[in-house]
Amino acid sequence: MDRRDFLTARRKKAPAILSAQNFRTQSGLTPYVGPWTRNEVQHLLKRTMFGSTKADIDYFAARTLDQAINELLNPVAALPAPPLNDYSEDVPDPGAPAGTTWVNNVSENDDINEGRRFSFKHWWAGVMLNQDRSIREKITLFWADHFGTETYTINLGHFIYRHNNLLRTGGLGNFKTLVKNVTTDPGMLIYLNGFLNSASAPDENYARELMELFTLGKGPTVAYTEDDVRKAARILTGWRINPTTALTTFDPAKHDSNNKTFSSYFGGATITGQTGVNGELETDDLINMIFSKDEVSKYICRSIYRWFVYYTLDAAAEANVIEPLAAIFRTSNYDIKPVLSALFKSEHFFDVLNQGCMIKSPVDQIVGCMREWKVAFPPVASEYQDTYNMWGYISDWMGTMGQDIGDPPNVSGWPAYYQEPSFHEIWINHDTLPKRNQFTDSMIMSGFTRNMKKIIIDPIPFTLALPNAGDPNALLSDTLAVIYRVPLSDTVKQNLKQSILLSGQTQDYYWTNAWNAYVADPTNMSTAAIITNRLKSLYQYLMNLSEYQLS
Amino acid sequence: MRRRSFLKNSIPAAAILPALVDGYTVKAFHAHSPLMQALMNPAIETDHVLVIIQLSGGNDGLNMVIPISTYGDYFNARSNVAIAQNKILKLDGYANTGLHPAMTGMQALYNQKKLNIVQSVGYPQPNFSHFRATDIWMSGSDADQVVNTGWAGRYLNTEYPNFPDGYPNTTMPDPLAIQIGSIASLTLQGPAINMGMSITNPTSFYNLINNVLDPAPNTPMGHELTYIRTIANQTNAFAQRIIAAAMAVPQQGAYPQDNSLADQLKIVARLVKGGLKTRIYMVGMGGFDTHSSQVESADTSIGFHASLLKELSDAVKAFMDDCQFLGIQDRVMGLTFSEFGRRIKSNSSMGTDHGAAAPMFIFGAKAVQGVTGTNPTIPGGASVNDNIPHQYDFRSIYASILERWFCVPPTTLQTILFKNFQSLNIVDNKACTGVTDDPNQSAGEQLITNYPNPFTTTTTIKFKTKGKHTLIQIIDMLGRVIQTPIDKEYTQSGEFTVDFNSGALPSGVYYARLQNEQTQQVRPMLKVR
Repeated sequence: MDRRDFLTARRKKAPAILSAQNFRTQSGLTPYVGPWTRNEVQHLLKRTMFGSTKADIDYFAARTLDQAINELLNPVAALPAPPLNDYSEDVPDPGAPAGTTWVNNVSENDDINEGRRFSFKHWWAGVMLNQDRSIREKITLFWADHFGTETYTINLGHFIYRHNNLLRTGGLGNFKTLVKNVTTDPGMLIYLNGFLNSASAPDENYARELMELFTLGKGPTVAYTEDDVRKAARILTGWRINPTTALTTFDPAKHDSNNKTFSSYFGGATITGQTGVNGELETDDLINMIFSKDEVSKYICRSIYRWFVYYTLDAAAEANVIEPLAAIFRTSNYDIKPVLSALFKSEHFFDVLNQGCMIKSPVDQIVGCMREWKVAFPPVASEYQDTYNMWGYISDWMGTMGQDIGDPPNVSGWPAYYQEPSFHEIWINHDTLPKRNQFTDSMIMSGFTRNMKKIIIDPIPFTLALPNAGDPNALLSDTLAVIYRVPLSDTVKQNLKQSILLSGQTQDYYWTNAWNAYVADPTNMSTAAIITNRLKSLYQYLMNLSEYQLS
Repeated sequence: MRRRSFLKNSIPAAAILPALVDGYTVKAFHAHSPLMQALMNPAIETDHVLVIIQLSGGNDGLNMVIPISTYGDYFNARSNVAIAQNKILKLDGYANTGLHPAMTGMQALYNQKKLNIVQSVGYPQPNFSHFRATDIWMSGSDADQVVNTGWAGRYLNTEYPNFPDGYPNTTMPDPLAIQIGSIASLTLQGPAINMGMSITNPTSFYNLINNVLDPAPNTPMGHELTYIRTIANQTNAFAQRIIAAAMAVPQQGAYPQDNSLADQLKIVARLVKGGLKTRIYMVGMGGFDTHSSQVESADTSIGFHASLLKELSDAVKAFMDDCQFLGIQDRVMGLTFSEFGRRIKSNSSMGTDHGAAAPMFIFGAKAVQGVTGTNPTIPGGASVNDNIPHQYDFRSIYASILERWFCVPPTTLQTILFKNFQSLNIVDNKACTGVTDDPNQSAGEQLITNYPNPFTTTTTIKFKTKGKHTLIQIIDMLGRVIQTPIDKEYTQSGEFTVDFNSGALPSGVYYARLQNEQTQQVRPMLKVR
């Protein structure tokens, strides 16, 4: 039976949770037991990493689904080395000489910190380009979107790095712990004025976003009041940053030690005011109180869903996925991995209706593109300046396409993940779609050259890694099985093959002969050009089809 | 192309835009333009159009244009495929040479003074690989050179040097070149170094054309695919230009049925008449790789090759008739080419193997009627190794078209084709009379120029940077980086100069490539002795 027929049949029996769109699905968190082929591997990798290289697919296809997901959720690679000073040609930084890291040096100099901010962005792009086979980098970006902060506002490089590191090291741990740590993180204290929050002049900025954006969200079932925000703000008074040590401290003199009583939404709970150093314990009480509400688990699960599955959350997905997922989240006392594990191992995640429907974010498009085509960057160990220049070029493109890493538009993160009703479609507009094409065109046609180093999509290494590149049919299918999630029909594939790989000829052996001639003598300019021109045309064309924007 | 001074012009040069029109892939060099402009600016177009017909597979020129004056040698060399002498179609006033009996259309065009047949076109040290020979023809390189740009692409680059900065501008909103019938063509590839910056968007045509593309399924994936395709289509106002042009032509002449080349040429005529300012159209047909069963053994005038030649001949004839019907025949010139001809001596499979030089057709109301050159010399007792040597270099044809039809001045011609080639009287050279103005050179935003150009040793490159990292590379015609005069950070925007001292480098074409962050522009420079 066709899967969708099956679903339709089921739908008739369960009209109570009927999908809003006729193409949505009823499937839920039941563990997926269907085929585990390269297609499913590719789907899993495109969603949990940035792009799926052929080597990645090979690696996980040799494992079971459970093994693959467990590995993805349990990174073993060391944390990335911290960012280096790549700006000293413009701004000397006495605290961190050229080529050394600046993250442990406290500087208040604006010029130096501007250098560090950009160094951070270059570095972050590099970390994503060099990600290990795990979800670590995608979940880090997820949290950077969730706890939206802007480097431009934080300004101080060491705090920017520390905030990012917090998300990377805590992003697969316990969410409640993460919220606590973010609440007292210097970068966040600066970004949402927490470090100015005083008993004499409470600042509601962080308290509001803590509830509205970071934990409870908004919606018909979320009924905290303005007064609750004010009470929470008073609880959070007293957090400060020691300018010398650059560590968070608690200043009891700035803390409001009165009792704080909340609305009926929180059951009229009172958080007892504490004096002295115990004042900071109220923050734990506040977080415990917020986490007593089921909305926290649902809100976070919805965010995860929109990042990793699809943006449409209809009644069926709410009932069949979000509710049980949120229950898992609460049962695990807000550990993040059990939620991700249950989601990625579910029927719903592998439902054909949830495959290929994710519009790539700019980061996904750019990093995935560089990784899948095996674009070689200068080695950072020996040529850090060149490497950082290239990473900077890449991070600039992310910004050009609408996702300036480190600087989302505001504390809400990127609109593609919250703005009804368009969501992911916001990434693609009349300005950004041509730029996506421009990026892939320029990367494959001319690349980017600086200081005699060049990054470019060389079609040869990718093609050489394919199992049977001498067969034009296999070459095309195997390429699509790495870079595409949307299937192309045989008719379209035949057209592409004949028009491009065969230069209009009808016999496959013309390609085979050309390929074999190249493999036999890779140094021959003429045979190499024959192959390279055709592969470039093919790959450029594929990257320009709308299908390429989906994962 | 130089334009007549009373015409304004500007053409976006670069983006490859493969897509589909009436079931045919279309590849265009384009830029955006507002839909309203397309609808409100139905100016009468008077400029010249070139239609390039590619015959893929290696066309057997010897059975297409048949040497009557040396018929005996011809017959002896390939008796199993030779066309019977009494079936050869005659040309008015020219007894030495005739046409394949399937080509009544071409015969009629010749007799109507709309056809020039150029004999034995090829190049030294011919290559017998389809791919390599195709690349040579399309790039216009020597046999031992690997050039990754196309001759037409380089022409466009010299005409519109500032593209794509400041494009589109109001004077020319249309694709510079459109390819129908195939996706990839090196012919239209400008210097690779600056063509990569434009928008390539095949998707945009999918909704426009209504067939062949995979339909979007009724799934979330299909929903998003449709969304992206819609944006792509809207983004590409060029699609709207084509629709507008197509809509503007309610009636066309008759074309033969079941003839894919005719279908393609019908689209070309429609777009030309509809007001597109596009200069170059590429169309094509395949199947010319006739190693076996090229002819019927019972009657060598019919068979597979005869069907191909009939398709070609009927299509071109219908196209020229339609151009006359539509009143655009004085603006349209066409040529045919194939990557090579076939061997003089046929094989025992009733076919012919890969060969060398072959004839080309130059057709159009402004073509000079005649047969250029003489019949190929066919050795008595031709052996399997005997090939037809070239009388004319294929780049002479390109040069003659560029010079006489697109009015390209001599130094620019040399920049495009790397050398000087013989000019042939195949196109009415009055076409360029009175052409003086050259508005394209200054259209758009000029980011890099050089003076003097041509130069002998040193030339000064003037460039604009928007600030930040700026790179200038000197690249030779084979794509090798020769020098990197500028590779540094600029703290602010501005206009700067740097000298390029070519020292002992050989004379020829060099490209100065400007890369400024996400922007690129390329300036061709000609070094002369």
